[in-house]
Amino acid sequence: MGRYVIRRLLQMVPVFIGTTFLIFVMVYALGDPVAAMFGDRAPDPATAAQIRHAMYLDHSLPAQYVHYMKQIFTGNFGTAATGQPVTELMGSAFPVTIRLTLVAFAIEAVAGIGLGLLAGMRRGRFADTGVLAFTLLVVAVPTFVTGYVLQYFLGVKWHVANPAVAEGAPIGDLILPGLVLAAVSLAYVARLTRTSVAENARADYVRTAVAKGLPKRRVVTVHLLRNSLIPVVTFLGTDIGGLMAGAVVTERIFNIHGVGYQLYQGILRQNPPTVVGFVTILVIIFLAANLLVDLLYAVLDPRIRYA
Amino acid sequence: MPETTETTPAATTPATTAADTAATATAAGPVTPAGTATPEREKARSLWSDAWHDLSRKPMFYVSGLLILFLVVIAIWPGAIASGNPLACDLSKSQMGPTSGHPFGFDTQGCDVYTRTVYGARASVSVGIFSTVGVAVLGSLLGGLAGFFGGWWDAVLSRISDIFFGIPILLGGVVFLSVVKGGTVTTVSAFMILLGWPQIARIARGAVITAKQQDYVQAAKALGASNTRMLLRHIAPNALAPIIVVATIALGTYISLEATLSFLGVGLKPPAVSWGIDISQASDQIRNAPHMLLWPAGALSITVLAFIMLGDAVRDALDPKLR
Repeated sequence: MGRYVIRRLLQMVPVFIGTTFLIFVMVYALGDPVAAMFGDRAPDPATAAQIRHAMYLDHSLPAQYVHYMKQIFTGNFGTAATGQPVTELMGSAFPVTIRLTLVAFAIEAVAGIGLGLLAGMRRGRFADTGVLAFTLLVVAVPTFVTGYVLQYFLGVKWHVANPAVAEGAPIGDLILPGLVLAAVSLAYVARLTRTSVAENARADYVRTAVAKGLPKRRVVTVHLLRNSLIPVVTFLGTDIGGLMAGAVVTERIFNIHGVGYQLYQGILRQNPPTVVGFVTILVIIFLAANLLVDLLYAVLDPRIRYA
Repeated sequence: MPETTETTPAATTPATTAADTAATATAAGPVTPAGTATPEREKARSLWSDAWHDLSRKPMFYVSGLLILFLVVIAIWPGAIASGNPLACDLSKSQMGPTSGHPFGFDTQGCDVYTRTVYGARASVSVGIFSTVGVAVLGSLLGGLAGFFGGWWDAVLSRISDIFFGIPILLGGVVFLSVVKGGTVTTVSAFMILLGWPQIARIARGAVITAKQQDYVQAAKALGASNTRMLLRHIAPNALAPIIVVATIALGTYISLEATLSFLGVGLKPPAVSWGIDISQASDQIRNAPHMLLWPAGALSITVLAFIMLGDAVRDALDPKLR
């Protein structure tokens, strides 16, 4: 196991470098951060050259990347468009988005697995058809439409939830945005669980467990669900990155000042340190989540052995 | 599980899982390539005629098929059902409700919502189709060749697709499209192809590896078949099923993604007529004029639904294991 962890960590290194370099190239090579600073006016060439030098932009792209990475590892993410250090923005934005993602993740996992289990156990019956139709609908309606519609009905018309999120983003206010953020993934989790449960329900070990006279509850939770969850856990793990990216949309609808908001501001104002910094952290979270899933596999499925 | 997951078991999404089972099922069954079923042995249908037989009995297939046909027709020829001009707007009619001749009412600029909704189909359908075709062709070529030849090319390609997988597609879209000025169907489709191909490449690679190890391919090799013949005659027909399944489902998600990017202001930009743009403009007026949101959002949802339903039907038909 220890060797496996080390091997996976080493495999992450080239992926991390590649991904961050790709983002770096997109932002620095395809856009022009200096021109963006001046908006529509053309900057004075001498001033532009000076800024370029100060921002290390007068070097080759790989050199710029190495320079940037060196700074990141000393905790210097550069300065945002507002003049604040990017790390300061991160300090205020990440706790909010992480809380939002956790709320969404909990809704996704609990409701998705629950619905999927219900549908998979009653395959072909009313509950199954209902869950399938519901998930199809949820996947088809884009998140931003669901967001505005729920915000309008639950928040503005019926006063069930708070239509906007208060300063500091308390958990209670995050339930509605979390639900919106989780909606599409929830549908995927439900469908995946359903297929997996329906497939495993016919497995020999389930029949054996029933024949042994185990209570149904134990057969379902210990035998059926545990085996069926393996592909679901994979999806949940890789989806953490997707949820944090999806927060760009949700945070805009509900006016939450998290990662999505800061990232969007960085893009609007064409501030490369903000964009590259936030995306780099998101990529690290994404890769870490993938690693965690791989390790969880061993716990869920002892048949998988890591050399 | 086939070899798609040999290095990273975590890299399986539901789509690939479905495709993996499809690949296994395809390779495991007594499959003859399309068109070779002999008349005297009618029971041994090929995968394709079997799938067609299954599809032709599904109401879901006909419903989604007809819807998609209709969408494609109005995407090509929107004038057929909408006589107005989507860009001809009259500010004095701003946010007015439905009147005769204008069944969906008007938006904030005073444009006819019905005409704009009809014309919006073109952007969505073309982004969806261009991206899917591009992703499918590029992905199956790169992935299929990597799976077939293996070696360093395979190793390099797998690492490159790992890198692309490290970027959530929505995040990549916001970053990429905000620096590449343009906001046309071409730039948005190009971006989707750039970030979407690894998904198909991974599936194609796995499917080709599974097919390559089958006895009939080994037999063809032993008989001295060339690489080209093995690939085209024996491997491609049997590796195609999972690619088609994933590509059909992906089409719906690309359409949805285009609308999301346009909504965020980085995808298509006015004067392009797109449901995403219209929804974005309607979203802050939802209290005053809900009809502005209802129609483009409804049209978008039905379009995505149609493609996802078609993908589901195709998957069920091509993946007998799920029946």
